[in-house]
Order: sequence, then structure tokens, then C-alpha cells
Amino acid sequence: MPRQHAALLASLVAAIAVTAFGGALNAYYLDVAMNVGIAILLAVSLNLVNGHTGQFSLGHAGFMAVGAYLSSACTLRLAPQLLGGSPSVFAQHALFFGALLVGGLVAALAGFLIGLPSLRLKGDYLALITLGFAEIIRVVFQNTPALGGAIGLNGMPPLTTIAWTFGWVAAAVFTVSCLINSTYGQGFLAVRDDEIAAAASGLNPTRYKVVAFTLGAFFAGVAGGLFAHLKLAIDPRGFDFFRSVEIVVMVILGGMGNTLGVILAATLLTLLPEVLRPVAEYRMVIYAALLVGLMLVRPQGLFNVRLGRARL
Amino acid sequence: MSEFLQQLINGLSLGAIYALLALGYTMVYGVLRFINFAHADVFMVGSFAGYYAARHAPAGTLWGGLAVLAAAMAACAVLGVLIERFAYRPLRHAPKLNVLIAAIGLSLLLEYGVQLLFGATPRNFPQVFPSARLQFGPLTVSSNQLVVIVVSLGLLGGLQWIVFRTRLGAAMRAVSLNPRAAQLVGINLNTVVAFTFALGSALAGAGGVLYAMNYPSIDPFMGVMPGLKAFVAAILGGIGSLPGAALGALILGGAETLVGGSAYSTYKDAIAFGLLIVIMLLRPAGLLGRLTVEKV
Repeated sequence: MPRQHAALLASLVAAIAVTAFGGALNAYYLDVAMNVGIAILLAVSLNLVNGHTGQFSLGHAGFMAVGAYLSSACTLRLAPQLLGGSPSVFAQHALFFGALLVGGLVAALAGFLIGLPSLRLKGDYLALITLGFAEIIRVVFQNTPALGGAIGLNGMPPLTTIAWTFGWVAAAVFTVSCLINSTYGQGFLAVRDDEIAAAASGLNPTRYKVVAFTLGAFFAGVAGGLFAHLKLAIDPRGFDFFRSVEIVVMVILGGMGNTLGVILAATLLTLLPEVLRPVAEYRMVIYAALLVGLMLVRPQGLFNVRLGRARL
Repeated sequence: MSEFLQQLINGLSLGAIYALLALGYTMVYGVLRFINFAHADVFMVGSFAGYYAARHAPAGTLWGGLAVLAAAMAACAVLGVLIERFAYRPLRHAPKLNVLIAAIGLSLLLEYGVQLLFGATPRNFPQVFPSARLQFGPLTVSSNQLVVIVVSLGLLGGLQWIVFRTRLGAAMRAVSLNPRAAQLVGINLNTVVAFTFALGSALAGAGGVLYAMNYPSIDPFMGVMPGLKAFVAAILGGIGSLPGAALGALILGGAETLVGGSAYSTYKDAIAFGLLIVIMLLRPAGLLGRLTVEKV
């Protein structure tokens, strides 16, 4: 069995085991762990776009919002009709899986539709147009009474578990690393390293970019769904520019295009505020100073380490 | 009809503020070819500087108001030069992405730094200029709106004079045409870039005070939205083009106030981004910009 497949299987089993026997664990730790998982999912999916493909997107929170809203709408509005009054736990979770898939797929569709025109632009412009689209998504949700308008949605069933969170994390890491290490996937790196050279050797840069964008949006949508069923209440303000920046910071800190580093950075940045509650007000100042300092001193990221010769 | 004209006047004063900001974006882009994301926060610092300067100036007088404006502009010019010197100059030859990330970092640093220093609660901006309501037939113009329009026009005129009638302005234009050739003929790139930042930041500072006067509350994140919109205006007009930035800002200010006054007012904030997307797809060089071809 290839290493990646073994790793996927092992993490899935571990996640399910923790959930099954997790009753004895402190609920606070479980909650933090799920937050970490969602952060990893967001960071790994953005890393495919920003890191591996080199397309700087500042709108990841928009796709997260799409996933969060759509999956919440499924569990809130659809579930009672499909499952009736008192559904079994199994049925609830099966529907949750479906809801996450719907959220992810609609986010992917949004990513495709947004990516197709905007990925013709580069660098600064791309960052801006993705930011613009994310803001538009937010404004649209804010103005949709069926989805709660400015108040948002609440009362989602608490269905996000360790197994779901880390199951999706494992799936995302597996998908991204297998994709990048495949013959086809080398094209992503080629587009990042030199788009003109890639096009000259017969690759279609736009296609690679759109694929990366769509896949990234899918996992961001799933992460949004998990987020919604963990926090149990969402509103449009939760998916603003600063959320996107937070995900971008994780990717940059971890070293763009380095999956292991990005996972470490996402974990660290989610755990830090928990540990450093007393200095919480300095958190964003520290993030910001880190960003500037890193670019000046160590632009390749803090955790850009390689394990032996393998690229995760 | 008078309703429409009234909205147009409101749009003009909003557009004038956007223009002050958009010029800063477009000038920096002209000489360095990157988006100064922190520009919006220089604007915010400008209004904070005005807030504190207003305590030492006579309230509600013309000279007091102008003094506050000048103080904010000076503070922002210094800030702009410092930002350029310590953050952007070391990165001048770094990949574009790194500069962009550093700019976003700087923007957040200014926002949260100000929040840490002065708190997150919005403050009321004092009335620094004399206050009155002028009636022209059915139209009402507040004196603040008039101040915004007059001051912006004055500053735009001044900028036009600096860029087209002074030696430094000529150097700026030379650098934006071709930085290497400009250096070859003896132009000091660092001086020109620092001057550009000072100029752009001073305009942003003035914009900050004018904005705060019309929407009389200031907080550390007040710059984000006007900044993004002014940037959209700069792109709309053609980034790198000074008249383009002013034109784009007026169009955007007008469009936004008209939508804000209509039944779709909740979509007001989406207008700028909608315009951005349309212009990027149809005419990426902007209304008055020239398309550049990437050479390999």
C-alpha cells in the first residue's frame, strides 16, 4: 500500500476511534481539536490555490460561507421533512454527510464560476477580484431573508464530531498530496513556477488554475459546513475579509506549497489564542507583525521543513 | 429630478473623498507597480490625527479646520515615508507576491495597532469647520460637503501642479515611465519613491479628515471599505493614470449614492465590487489606462 493511502487509512481509523471512545475526554479539548481540524482543512485547501498553483486568492472565506449556509439550510430546512420527527443518530449523520457534500459542491460550483473569469488576472488583481467576490457573496447572504439575512442562521444540530472533522482533513490532505505528486499534478507546480514556460510546453495554465480553485473551494465549503455545525450559529459577518486573511496567514506561515508546514501553522495559530487568552488582544497585532517580518526575513515561511526526501 | 440632483451632490462629495484616496494608490502603482494595501489605513490614521489635532485648534472656524487638515496631512506624510523606508524598500526587488503579503500585513498592523493604542470604540469626530446648511432652491448642501468638494479640488489642483510643473514631479513621471532609464539620467529613485509616498499619504490624510467630518465617527477599521472602494476607483479609471483615478472615483461615488438612495440600498457595498469585476473582465486597463503587454 502506498504511503499516502496508509496514512489516510490510519488517520480515518484514529478519528473514528477517538469519537467512539471520546466520551471520557474533556469536552473543551474536543472542541479545540475540532477547531484545529477545521482550520487545517481551510488552510490545506487554500494552500492548493495559493501555494501549489501560485494564485493568490483572498476570498477563501466566501467559499466557506457558501458551504456553511448551504449545509445549514439542508440540516435545518430539509432534515425535518426527510427524516420526520425523531430521526435515528445514524440517519442524522447520513444526512449531515449529504449536507456537507451539498455545501462543498455548491461552493465548488461558485469557485468554478468565479475562477473561470477571474483567473485570467494575476497577482494583485487576482487578490482583489477574489476579495471582491467574497464580499459580494457576503452581501448576498446578508440580503437573503430565507437564509436569515443579517442575523444569520442558528439552531443547527451539533453534528460535527472529531470523526467528521478529521475524516475530512485526512481526505483533503490525501487528495491534495496525491494530486500534486501525480504526473497531472506536476502541472500545478509548473504553472506556479513559470506560467509562460508551462504554456509553452503544452500545459493549459487556465485549466490548472480553475481545477485548483474549484477543488480548493470544495474543501472550503465542507469546512464551512463543519464550522456551522460546530458553532451552531452563523452570520454573514463571520465570513468577512479578516477570516480570509486568517487562512492566508496560515498558508504563508507554513510556507506556501508545503502541506506539512501549513498543517503545523494552522494548528499553531488555532491553539495559540487558546493558550494565550490573557494576551488575546495582541493576537492580530502579532499576526500582522509576523506577516511583515516573515516577508522581510524569511519569505519561504516559518515551517518550511522537509521530512527526508519525501514531499507530503 | 431634484431628488436625483440632491443624490448627485452627495455622490460628488463622496466621490471627491474616494478621489483623494485613489490618487495615492495610483501614484504608488505608477512608480513601484504594486498595490499599497496599507494606504487605506494611512487614511484611518489621518482621521485619528485630525481627531487629536482638533483638540488644540479652535472648533468651528475656517482656519482651525485648515490647521487640523494640515496637521493630519503632515502626520500621514511622515507615516507614509516611514512605511516605505522600513517595509517596502527592503522588498523592492523581492517577488511581487511577497510585497503584496507584506502590504496586507502592514495594513493589519496599523489597524490593530491603532485599536490597541486607542481602543475599538468608535469616537465622534468634532465639527472642525464652520457648520451651516445652504439652500439652493430644492437642494440642500451642508457646509461640510462644500468643504469636501472645495478642499479636494484644491488638493487635486496642487497635485497637478506638483506632478506637471516641478522638477520632482517630472522625476516622478520619468520613474513611472521607466525606472531604470530614469536612474541612468541621474534621478535618485529612493528620493522619488519617498516623495511619492509622502504625497499620496498626505492626500489620504486629508481624505481621512474629510471623510470623518461627513460620517462623524472614527474607528480603527474605518479605512477598510473606503480604501477598497477607492482602489476599485483607481482601477476603474486605469491604474497609474491620475485623471483616471479622479474620474473613476467620481463615477463610483455617484453610482454608490444613487444605489444607496434607491430601493436596493442594502446592496450599496456590492456596487464597487461588481464594477471591479465588470471592468476587470471587459477592460482590464481601465477607462483611461493603457494596456501593457508582458514581454518574455
